[in-house]
Amino acid sequence: MQAEAQVTLDHESKALLSQARTQFSASPALVSGTTTSETGMWVVVAAISMSFAAFTSSMIVRQGSSADWLHFHLPRVLYVNTLILLASSLTLELTRRRIIAIPATLRHSSADAGTLLSNGIYWLYVTGALGLIFILGQFLAWRNLAAQGLYLATNPSSSFFYVFTALHGVHLLGGIGGLAYVLRKLTGSKTDSAMHVRSFGAFSIYWHFMDILWVYLLLLLAMRM
Amino acid sequence: MQETSLQAVHQHAPPTSFIRKHVFSLDHKVIGKQYYGLALVAVFVGMILSWLMRIHLAWPTWPIPGLDKLSAVGAPAGVMTPEYYLSLMTMHGTIMVFFVLTNAPFAAFGNYFLPIQIGAEDMAFPRFNMMSFWTTFTAFLVMVAAFFVSDGPPISGWTAYAPLSAIGKDAGPGLAMGQNLWAISIAIFCVGSLLGALNFIATTLDLRTKGMSLSRMPYSTWAWFVTAVISLLAFAVLLPACILLILDRTAGTSFFIASGLVLSDHLQPHSGGSTLLWQHLFWFFGHPEVYIAILPSIGIVATILPVFARKPLLGPRATIGCMIAIGFLSYMVWGHHMFVSGMNPFSANLFSVPTLFITIPATILTLLLSATVYGAKMRFHTPALFCLGFISVFISGGVSGFFLAQPSLDVYLHATYFVVAHFHFVMAVASIFGVFAATYFWFPKMFGRMMNDTLGKWHFWLTFIGVYCIFMPMHYLGLAGNVRRYSAFVDDYLIPLIPVHKFITIAALATGAAQFIFLFNLIWSRFKGPIAPENPWEATSLEWSTTSPPPFDNFGGRHMVVYQGPNEFGVEGSANDYVMQTSPEKIVSR
Amino acid sequence: MGKLFAAAVFVITIVSVAIFVMHTWWLPIDISTTGPAIDHQMDETMIGVGILFLAGQLVLAAFVWGSSNASSGRKMKIFPGGATPLVAGAIILVGLEILTLTFVGSKAWGAIYIAPPAENSLKIDVQAEQFAFYFRYAGPDGQFGALHPDKIDDGSGNYFGLDPANDIAARDDIVVGSLTIPVNTPIWLKLHSKDVGHSFYVRELRVQQDFVPGLEIPLHFTANQTGKFEIVCTQLCGLGHYNMKAYLEVVSQDDFQQWLKTQAGQ
Repeated sequence: MQAEAQVTLDHESKALLSQARTQFSASPALVSGTTTSETGMWVVVAAISMSFAAFTSSMIVRQGSSADWLHFHLPRVLYVNTLILLASSLTLELTRRRIIAIPATLRHSSADAGTLLSNGIYWLYVTGALGLIFILGQFLAWRNLAAQGLYLATNPSSSFFYVFTALHGVHLLGGIGGLAYVLRKLTGSKTDSAMHVRSFGAFSIYWHFMDILWVYLLLLLAMRM
Repeated sequence: MQETSLQAVHQHAPPTSFIRKHVFSLDHKVIGKQYYGLALVAVFVGMILSWLMRIHLAWPTWPIPGLDKLSAVGAPAGVMTPEYYLSLMTMHGTIMVFFVLTNAPFAAFGNYFLPIQIGAEDMAFPRFNMMSFWTTFTAFLVMVAAFFVSDGPPISGWTAYAPLSAIGKDAGPGLAMGQNLWAISIAIFCVGSLLGALNFIATTLDLRTKGMSLSRMPYSTWAWFVTAVISLLAFAVLLPACILLILDRTAGTSFFIASGLVLSDHLQPHSGGSTLLWQHLFWFFGHPEVYIAILPSIGIVATILPVFARKPLLGPRATIGCMIAIGFLSYMVWGHHMFVSGMNPFSANLFSVPTLFITIPATILTLLLSATVYGAKMRFHTPALFCLGFISVFISGGVSGFFLAQPSLDVYLHATYFVVAHFHFVMAVASIFGVFAATYFWFPKMFGRMMNDTLGKWHFWLTFIGVYCIFMPMHYLGLAGNVRRYSAFVDDYLIPLIPVHKFITIAALATGAAQFIFLFNLIWSRFKGPIAPENPWEATSLEWSTTSPPPFDNFGGRHMVVYQGPNEFGVEGSANDYVMQTSPEKIVSR
Repeated sequence: MGKLFAAAVFVITIVSVAIFVMHTWWLPIDISTTGPAIDHQMDETMIGVGILFLAGQLVLAAFVWGSSNASSGRKMKIFPGGATPLVAGAIILVGLEILTLTFVGSKAWGAIYIAPPAENSLKIDVQAEQFAFYFRYAGPDGQFGALHPDKIDDGSGNYFGLDPANDIAARDDIVVGSLTIPVNTPIWLKLHSKDVGHSFYVRELRVQQDFVPGLEIPLHFTANQTGKFEIVCTQLCGLGHYNMKAYLEVVSQDDFQQWLKTQAGQ
């Protein structure tokens, strides 16, 4: 009976949606929901970019203000970490292909949809695991620096290294938290599927941004350190 | 099935418990009131601090009763030490700029009215909205805690210039735990502001109701939107600055502290840091911050004035364009705080030109507001008086900027009372007048009762005359070269100026006392004011198309459709002299 | 109520402007060669801005007065021409004023901060610290000794951290607590800070320059009148900020040579 009711909804969904649009007189965003979370995420991306821009110019000014900048070699593990993070963006895309393709209404009804969903969720777990491995890798990089006697206050160059990598790591951990939230939604209750798609879209923007941000930071550190 | 769709729209159901209704509420209206309450507490704290400062400047040896209870070290037997004066001054500036001027016109009224004015049921992210208030509240608690640490609050001013603020206790009293708390509080405040700005931007872009195009948004909404964009980018820079400052203070880094500095006979271990780096980071935030403080009030006055003039705002598109221009230009001028700081003298022109250019949109806005009054049939209720007062004080504050924007004159006027006069006129007076106008205007909508107009008028007159008596003389002091941030006036040339300071102090105390009329009116009317109808002022924007106060989802399940802009006043051939935004009436002529 | 508002604005405006015009409180005498350009700029700006201020306030008052006519039959009037002449007028007039002030003002600014100091300037090293200014002259050898922050000892008067035992150039450096300079002579100051930010401000010279920890900042001027003036700190530097000052003594060139000899003898 349940399945039948949902199939009926599917047939009429388009009609209902457009009816809702006129009745609600709300922007399509609120009803279909994909836009607002993603708009919000772009705003978040703008703010975080601005913060890292501030740190970047701080580093440039600091490097130029005094002759005490000591160059050092970046720990090799950073490059491995970069590949891991890039891989996680790839697996995120694999997740997307599988999940977004499923019409929300079918998500819990058809067997094909079920397979797609569980495959998608599998790749999402992999993404999260890769993210955690990245964080672990960053700790290794820090250990490497400490072994060379380079700590937070040792030199402005090491100060900025720790500040940049720590802040990126904290933001990435936030992203992993977001990933856990999306996972919970996807594997949870059957209603509100639309919101899952919304939150997934917003989450992907954030995760890919963390990736791009890291590549930028790696280049910056490689050029300047 | 339709309920399912409806639930998707209602992001949260009406709360039932007291905690959910009034404390940890997701409702933007409650959050707006919470911000207002916070700002109200903050402004009285800030005002009392200013009284203490002014009393000390006028009568430095007179013991202030009870001050030794607040700080036995800072004011032994009630007489303020020089460092305690600087502490109070730092806290005054910090609390006023952050917790009053960023909160009241923007977070408080914006949170309450932006969703309603665009026809939405709530902000885009109600949970983040609730978080933004409680984060800001936490920041306030951390800031106030600085009063009670043994070393006292920081003494480095709200601008917290390094290395004074970065070195730690060797730099003097108040610069140990007090400065740490300050930096942590401001960092927390940044997070709260960023969350708030996120909501304002996403909501304005995505949740406008049918027919509410960007050009039909009220000017207050436009102002809140532009302010949110500025705020997002500005606080995103202050947060890194605070992080670097905290690291310098606690982790031994040298971002801002140069080498070879000797304080309290200790050679400091830091090296190579850039003093000017803090100033650049701070003012890159700090200048947009002052536009964050004034833009909402400009939008508020542009919204309220036509209601009482019963004629449309002149040049609505120019008004919006000027607000956007000011927002954009605000990012290009920060160096005008640093003309004599030792930065490259060629950059002085680079910063001076855009600073002067900002006067153009500011002038246009002033002219448009004034010209809206021309030929009007003004209804002189309290909100109108504060709007008109705003125009006058905005002119006064703006013109002194013309002097300070020029490096050649800033050479003489920098760090004098001329600067103090300028920023108080535009921020402490003009911006606050916008908040007063908003309060008297929107109180009926928020609380379902009218404020007392007679008390409002008394409040206006005493305040209007009072602020001119306080801040106009500061220009003269500045021209005489009276340096600011002095806890006492002992230099030869300053002693003859002390009578002017006494006059200012008396005016400040009197004007401050007048604010209690406002406070009384606010509290009394909340419980005993006459019941307010849906649209007591005969205004047009969407908040006046719903009950006073609005229901939980703002419009009682109705889905508003907008047909007009907000500016349809003085319309002829219509039943009234105005057409509401929700009315499909075709407007033929005026 | 409207008429009352208009009257109040009128009175406030006239009284404020009158006090400005009467120079009741004003800049002190100008004793510097670069000062007149600044004073000229100040006067020009005062006139231009004064007109804007007067016009803005009085027009507002006039409009409010006009709008307070109680007769309800009166039709609303739109400002003639609408917004366009106001927008255009603001852009053109304010724009012109901005360009004029910038062009003239940048010369006044450049004379102090961009133009190089004269070849034969008298060089004086200035150190700011919590809460005093100290001044150092090179002495008969014309050389400044090197500075060593670790050797600073206020108790013994070694404010600058000189090392006369090992540094010959430092032996005859003259360190004093007030700035004595000869009149009509280009002076070249080098400002540095011992601890936190400070600032050098002499109203009569029309100069102001921050001391920035970590930087050595040049400042040059020529005083063209003798007298005793105050140097005050204008950058918040701690609890003694209000009390941080030194005297500037501008003396005749002969008196200055005499003073130098006396100091060198000590």
